[in-house]
Amino acid sequence: MLNNNTILAGVELMIEFNKQILRLLPYLILVSLIISLGAIFIYTPPMYDGAGTLLNESFNIFFIHLPIALISYFAFMLVFVSSILYLHTFNNKWDKFAASSAEIGAIFAFLVLLTGSIWANDVWGWYWVWEPRLTTSLVLFLVYVGYIMVRQSVDEPEKGARLSAIFGIVGFISVPLSFFSIRLWRSVHPVMFGDTFYGTTGGGIGGIEIIVTLFINLITFFLLFVGLLIFRYDNEKLKSKVYTLKRKLMNN
Amino acid sequence: MFKSLNICLKDLQSEFRSKKKLNSMIIFSLLVVLIFSISFGNFIGKSSFIDSLVPGVLWVSFTFVSTIAIFQSFSDEIENGCINALKLCPAQWNAIYTGKILSTLTLLYLVQLFIIPIFALMFNYSFQGIFLLAVVVLVGTSGIVSVGVLLAAITMNTRSGELLLPVLLFPLIVPVIIPSVLATGKIISGSTFVDILDELRLLVVYVIMFYTTSRLLFEWTIQD
Repeated sequence: MLNNNTILAGVELMIEFNKQILRLLPYLILVSLIISLGAIFIYTPPMYDGAGTLLNESFNIFFIHLPIALISYFAFMLVFVSSILYLHTFNNKWDKFAASSAEIGAIFAFLVLLTGSIWANDVWGWYWVWEPRLTTSLVLFLVYVGYIMVRQSVDEPEKGARLSAIFGIVGFISVPLSFFSIRLWRSVHPVMFGDTFYGTTGGGIGGIEIIVTLFINLITFFLLFVGLLIFRYDNEKLKSKVYTLKRKLMNN
Repeated sequence: MFKSLNICLKDLQSEFRSKKKLNSMIIFSLLVVLIFSISFGNFIGKSSFIDSLVPGVLWVSFTFVSTIAIFQSFSDEIENGCINALKLCPAQWNAIYTGKILSTLTLLYLVQLFIIPIFALMFNYSFQGIFLLAVVVLVGTSGIVSVGVLLAAITMNTRSGELLLPVLLFPLIVPVIIPSVLATGKIISGSTFVDILDELRLLVVYVIMFYTTSRLLFEWTIQD
């Protein structure tokens, strides 16, 4: 027989269980970070390019560069989806989710620029070149900085949530642009998968070790993203709790 | 559609009575072109330099002028709370968006009709393919304005609207600016319609995308 009390007890047990997992999450991320660093520096063999010449060690940064780029696109997609859901339901949960995801996505987008610049300096000889991929990546970062600014420049939380949801949906237009930029225009940036629109095929990933290392790194950074998202979301919840308490005190 | 045309005519009528926006836009664009001609003074007369400078300079001036026009598209409505009266109109709120786009575009086209000859004069430059250029300018400007009016509606609700608008607008219109500048450069070096078809296609795709998303989202910006 299920009665209310057993259901409540079950729910409490689940919350308790989730908390246990949450407490473990940082350690899990730490372990997977160590594993992925080990994979990058120990597991992968020396890299050769198509012509057979040995690639510089700076290629190792690729295993960090590509996963965080993909995760930042993923974060912005979450912003897009939860913005639509917010405008559809006006449930504050989605707004908090979008805010957390946008902030972490912006940090990841910045790290993409940073790692890309370091790598470019070693391979091309400059930190920055004006070309489509780099420009659109910078634009992507700036769009989501703008998103955070919209949120901060409105005092009422409800209005801020509505306006930033609108901007989160419009701003998502930059994500496919950044993704397809190297396929639309001729660019120095290598294409890793898929074909370009002007004829050449992508590629450059060869060998099982490289794919495995890439996969490990992708999982690691995904875990890192999820962990940050959960903690940031909790933060938002506390923030709105503080806000309502303050309002209550001011009204008294 | 007719209702948005009515809103556009209302805007234009009040604008042509005061000519407040039009005058400031023309003077501003004149100054931008003047500053460019001062800063690139050494290159004027060297046609190879000018050829590569013109597309960028032209689109920078258009972007600046569009920012002013877009910012002012809602400033009148805010001043005396006209936006509330506009919302009471027996029309869908989307019609307000389309009407605002039409009126802003009309003003901008007028200003551009003025800038391009001044530009040619200052840079001592003769444009080839003026009709192709007109097509690119028309499509490119409508791309900037269609997303800009939505952003103006967002920023009019914020504390630092006039500061925030360019910060939000410039990154978003990059997909419009890149093909516009490329197409303008190709036209200047004597290309035909077939050569700029790729850029034009990308431009049209972005204009349609910006217009439809902004039109869908507009009603949430002016909701209280």
